Amino acid sequence: MQFKKGLMLGATIAGLLTTGYAMAQEQYIGLPSYRVGAYAAGGTALYGGWIDYMQMVNARDGGVGGVRLTWEECETEYNNARGVECYERMKNRGPTGNTVFQPLSTGITYAVLDRVAEDKIPLVTMGYGRTDAADGRVFPWVFPLITTYWSQNTAKIRFIGQQEGGMENLRGKKIVNLYHDSAYGNETIPVLQAQAEQHGFTLVNIPVAHPGNEQQSQWLRIRQERPDWVILRGWGVMNPTAIRTAARTGFPREKIVGVWWSGAEEDVIPVGDSAKGYIAAGFNVAGDEFPVIQDIKTHVYANGRGNMEDPSRVGSVLYNRGVVHGIITVEAIRKAQERYGDGKSLTPEQVRWGFENLDISDEYLESIGAAGFMPPLQTSCENHEGSGMVKFQQWDGERWNVITDWIESDQALVRPMIEASAAAYAAEKGITPRDCAAEN
Amino acid sequence: MLYREAGQFKASYQQDQAIFPITQDKIGIAALLAFFFLVVPFIANQYWLQAVLIPVLIFSLAAIGLNILTGYCGQLSLGSAAFMAVGAFGTYNFMLRIDGMPFLVAIVLGGLCAAAVGVLFGLPSLRIKGFYLAVATLAAQFFIVWVLVKFGWFSNYSSSGVITAQRVSILGMEFRSPEMKYLLTLSIVTVLALLAKNMVRSSTGRKWMAVRDMDVAAEVIGIRLMRTKLQAFAISSFYCGVAGALYAYMYLGTVEPDGFNLELSFKILFMIIIGGVASIMGSFIGAAFIVLLPVFLNVVMHTSVGAFIPANLAANLELIIFGGLIIFFLIVEPHGIARLWQLAKEKLRLWPFPH
Repeated sequence: MQFKKGLMLGATIAGLLTTGYAMAQEQYIGLPSYRVGAYAAGGTALYGGWIDYMQMVNARDGGVGGVRLTWEECETEYNNARGVECYERMKNRGPTGNTVFQPLSTGITYAVLDRVAEDKIPLVTMGYGRTDAADGRVFPWVFPLITTYWSQNTAKIRFIGQQEGGMENLRGKKIVNLYHDSAYGNETIPVLQAQAEQHGFTLVNIPVAHPGNEQQSQWLRIRQERPDWVILRGWGVMNPTAIRTAARTGFPREKIVGVWWSGAEEDVIPVGDSAKGYIAAGFNVAGDEFPVIQDIKTHVYANGRGNMEDPSRVGSVLYNRGVVHGIITVEAIRKAQERYGDGKSLTPEQVRWGFENLDISDEYLESIGAAGFMPPLQTSCENHEGSGMVKFQQWDGERWNVITDWIESDQALVRPMIEASAAAYAAEKGITPRDCAAEN
Repeated sequence: MLYREAGQFKASYQQDQAIFPITQDKIGIAALLAFFFLVVPFIANQYWLQAVLIPVLIFSLAAIGLNILTGYCGQLSLGSAAFMAVGAFGTYNFMLRIDGMPFLVAIVLGGLCAAAVGVLFGLPSLRIKGFYLAVATLAAQFFIVWVLVKFGWFSNYSSSGVITAQRVSILGMEFRSPEMKYLLTLSIVTVLALLAKNMVRSSTGRKWMAVRDMDVAAEVIGIRLMRTKLQAFAISSFYCGVAGALYAYMYLGTVEPDGFNLELSFKILFMIIIGGVASIMGSFIGAAFIVLLPVFLNVVMHTSVGAFIPANLAANLELIIFGGLIIFFLIVEPHGIARLWQLAKEKLRLWPFPH
């Protein structure tokens, strides 16, 4: 944060010297972070990783195409009303307004969904938020990038199929869906049901009431049901409790597959040895051996400018997810600069075009030192999700080990559901979907 | 000197019973309303309207609702947020399922749904009191949120139980700009607040207070407990329900049942404790305090020391200062900030000759 002050000062002095020219060369990003409250552990790691990446890009490359990134945090406490206040506070800051809003909270996503379209600010929700916003024709301003809950869920069933030796072997198997009884937890049930019919496995849905720190009866029921696999769709304290109770009831941890919000170090370390073998999905992987993380260490932490108070968390799952946020934001700005002019600070509307035309290939990831770190991504006017791929990681008691390559989701199943849901939303709100063919 | 009622004689019962009997109060309220209706929409920017004034007004309404039940009738409730949810989802369904439903009617109907649910969960108040009742209303909090998530019909089968407010237009006027939304919210809140102010001065309000102060004595002097308590539950829930509908339609635009969680109920309870229990004005002050102080601290923190200390520490410092201020105010004035205003008023009457 000292650096931020320096940056602002530097920008101001430069602005005074060159009468406004240098002032224009910054790209402002408002960060609706949460560093206190129940989800502070996640918020500090995610926003920390994101800030560190931007810090590194500024220090190593002098910004994106010569445009320095500036940012400001606003505490949301993971609270919807506070999130809206932050959105309103930051939307006109900086030379061109807030470039992108990424709240890392599904509730805040919903609360600003209508506002972003009116204010023309892209809303990026990676791995959370409104699933049917992947249909860019109805939601031009919303980008549930990389993968949605529905896509991820089909990838999870594919992974289970792989483990069983083929999708045809799923027939007759029994899968328990242990979910957090909230909007978030309920979201995947329709997809799971469709898949159960398609592949012929039995699905048992078992809800866990918030916060989920007592699951004795649920796991007793799971023991009675004798499932082949358990899908853990947990949140916060529910995750370690589930793993611990599974260990106590003797359910093999190698047969529990968690969602990406159940697969961080914070979820398994409290459980201790019992967590060994637990598997979770992720659209980024853990580890600090990637060149991009090493760059952050040399350019940011070596100079004492790191955002994490505990530098040992650099390279953890959630920290790396923050770095993914940074990478995608930077790439969208870069893409938009290619079209609207290098070295200029862009309006949010121009950056939106960048988000819609992202093309991050494996080769490109290699060149920025993030090969295998996150899936390749290609967005378009229709498709605001861009990838849908996830990897699976297994906890060995010390660290997360990647055990699969990128597994593709079943878009043939998910896409029609997304389109139907988006169409229903459009009809309810009186939105005419964009004609993508006409735009290109 | 200025604030003195000497010489203001009341010549009729009507004058004596006026909602603001002192001329200076009348002028003050009129000036305040004129300021908020006629001046604010022109001078406030989008941020102030959308992120500050609208939420404060909406939470004031919810706080008035809870104040009626807890402050005036003495029934502790932890279900305010759930009643807000009923109002929001009720209004949404009336707007969705009945063609050409006028928004104001839908809001009233949504409020009535909340009132009905409030009465239902108020029934235990006939047998249990105090903290035990608070626990019973907790059931409402969890049950209602659960029902709204569990049964897709309430959210028109949205996969995650989220509703999106339809566009609001009254008599052909579109309420989309912040100014229009603000004016509509302000109008509804003003009408309901004046109604509440009147209600607590009427026989209804006096009955509530009698029940609050000692229900056995109230029963002895002929107040029907069941009716009075359930009436308080109904009216309180109606206010909360309307606040919930405004929260969905005028403020957030899209709401999920989980947004109306226990934390929100607690917040509303803190508003009336800080602002002043059994005070309509206290509801406004409390709402402003609880909604705006954290925002204010956040802004101050960013513009002052925020640049020099780690972000985590800054974020936690805000909470610490916020908590400290709450304790400070409760020690200095246990009856809430509204009481300070009352004391100031009494002093003003005597000023400049206090003896």
